[in-house]
Amino acid sequence: MRHIISLLMENEAGALSRVAGLFSARGYNIESLTVAPTEDATLSRMTIVTTGSEEIIEQITKQLNKLVDVIKVMDLTEGRHIERELMLVKVKAVGTGREEMKRTADIFRGRIIDVTDATYTIELTGTGSKLDAFLEAIDSAFIIETVRTGASGIGRGERSLKA
Amino acid sequence: MEATGAEIVVRCLAEEGVEFVFGYPGGAVLNIYDEIFKQNKFKHVLVRHEQAAVHAADAYARATGRVGVALVTSGPGVTNAVTGIATAYMDSIPIVVVTGQVPTAAIGLDAFQEVDTVGITRPCVKHNFLVKDVKDLAVTMKKAFIIASTGRPGPVVVDVPKDVTAHLTEFEYPATLEMRSYSPVAKGHSGQMKRAVQMLLEAKRPMIYTGGGVVLGDASEQLAEFTRLLGFPITNTLMGLGGFPATDRQNLGMLGMHGTYEANMAMQHCDVLLAVGARFDDRVIGNPAHFAREQRRIIHVDIDPSSISKRVRVDVPIVGDVQNVLADMLVLLKQAKEKPDAAALNAWWTQIELWRSKDCLKYNRNGAIIKPQYVVEKLWEVTGGDAFITSDVGQHQMWAAQYYKFDKPRRWINSGGLGTMGVGLPYAMGVQLAFPDAQVACITGESSIQMNIQELSTCKQYRIPVKVVTLNNRYMGMVRQWQEFFYGSRYAESYMESLPDFVKLAESYGHVGMRIDKPEDVEAALKEAFSPALKERMVFMDFQTDQTENVFPMVEGGKGLSEMILAEEL
Repeated sequence: MRHIISLLMENEAGALSRVAGLFSARGYNIESLTVAPTEDATLSRMTIVTTGSEEIIEQITKQLNKLVDVIKVMDLTEGRHIERELMLVKVKAVGTGREEMKRTADIFRGRIIDVTDATYTIELTGTGSKLDAFLEAIDSAFIIETVRTGASGIGRGERSLKA
Repeated sequence: MEATGAEIVVRCLAEEGVEFVFGYPGGAVLNIYDEIFKQNKFKHVLVRHEQAAVHAADAYARATGRVGVALVTSGPGVTNAVTGIATAYMDSIPIVVVTGQVPTAAIGLDAFQEVDTVGITRPCVKHNFLVKDVKDLAVTMKKAFIIASTGRPGPVVVDVPKDVTAHLTEFEYPATLEMRSYSPVAKGHSGQMKRAVQMLLEAKRPMIYTGGGVVLGDASEQLAEFTRLLGFPITNTLMGLGGFPATDRQNLGMLGMHGTYEANMAMQHCDVLLAVGARFDDRVIGNPAHFAREQRRIIHVDIDPSSISKRVRVDVPIVGDVQNVLADMLVLLKQAKEKPDAAALNAWWTQIELWRSKDCLKYNRNGAIIKPQYVVEKLWEVTGGDAFITSDVGQHQMWAAQYYKFDKPRRWINSGGLGTMGVGLPYAMGVQLAFPDAQVACITGESSIQMNIQELSTCKQYRIPVKVVTLNNRYMGMVRQWQEFFYGSRYAESYMESLPDFVKLAESYGHVGMRIDKPEDVEAALKEAFSPALKERMVFMDFQTDQTENVFPMVEGGKGLSEMILAEEL
């Protein structure tokens, strides 16, 4: 099953490699991994999307907690949460397809952020599955380039991850 | 007063009460060595290869319970040390390894003797640091000692660039410090401990299984009292030997791949299993699916939550320091109104004694060739069962574990997790330096000993009087055994040709060499080696042993615990 794991760790050099190294050394899957400092510059917040059986996910959270630099670990998918990912897609936009592309982007609440006479670059935010759905909705022959940030997540309501 | 980085490193080690630093100098650590030259708080032991420095520090830690310290230079100094670090990591041994690094300005430029130390060691350390600013050095050293020695212990590497060792700053060593991201659990959960005690008291076929955690956590006394109060059978893993006295009838011996018949059968058929400081690894329970075929409830006490329910699902997890947990459970046990079910326990012991009567460790004592088991048994007798025994890795290691009956913790020093050939001699050095008056023997084979044979030179320099007991069968015995069993006796590259004359080799370093060919000479040789006349001398004993002897019982890899191969009926 797909899990979104959030963690707070010391914003030290090599923090990312400790987490990435753990996943590769123990053979865990990483679907995506995002990391950036928080409002407190000494802290990094990481969101890892992974898949595995309940036993594997339990081991992943335990192993992450064991890393000396890790302060808190939370499996967001265990409770109510919000997931967002940003995607930039550069597509061919010529002839009749140009209008169609704009309409599809509108339906998905995408924004066209760069335009040439032959291309659009569309910015799209949402859950991973919404972004997937957009890519499926447009003809793949029109896609020039896709870049995704990987998911970020946060708990709903009072649920939060603080140092 | 201001101090240089090099002075700070040395003063931090002195503040930590370090007795020995095992190391090897080189360009990047010359400033540190210059400071070592000027001080007399600790002794530096010059090894002949950095791997041995880390092993010796590791053995010092295993034997004393204190943090071992090694010091190596950048680049090849570090890569040579990696085997030692990984060995300590797999067995959760508290060591701090200070490594030199090229100057900060040169990092990343493929400088002479540069490696990415933090990157190379990351998968085999509990934690590591690269100190880029001399102002962080003292705090980092303090953190290194705290992290290495608390929680589940492990090796910590502190990488110090050469320019940092020259920079000046105010030196102040923190007495304590808090890390918001690091706070190991100490006490067990009281509700879980109550459940555990209840479950143990209800057991019909109980079993206690303990590992290295009991030794590392100094919980032997608590374990002994707890086990004796309950009257339950107990088994120790390879890493846990000495955690409960081997000569006690309640102890069924070691379990696992080369465990005793009675210990493995009791593990498989118990109804309540208490695991303490052990991790159900592949060499211990074999195939987890086979292990799970029998219904049993499992209580697992461990300081590391990730060890719990990793290979085997447990019913009552208790995270905490094993000494605290056992002490707390002992109180609960004494308060409990119920007593263990005496009738059921009696029946269980009857069954166990039946298994024990197979006498699975018997071997043929007749014949003109020395049996390796016999040498270990005699060593146990000659040393009064009270020596520190280090071993290398292979058949001799298993025979040492099976036939030297350890009654005390921290007496059995071996590489259990990583299985590093070559640890034996540097391990013996580290132990002997820590306990200069103790009997220290290294049980080894002619293959393993050659992996760090250069340390005979260190033994000479520091007059380290360890006794090397080489069970020389002219084969990599364990490899040969597997080839005999599983590869149609095709002994690919497992025969040791062109062996040196170990007697002359030892003598060339100024040590005492002995070659023993006949069973009737074994005891006399050992007695001589451990006699007062040779107390100050290093003795290298080369026992010519049976080439075809195998280690039994044996659970083949991937098989279940109760599917043992036993020695042929004699």
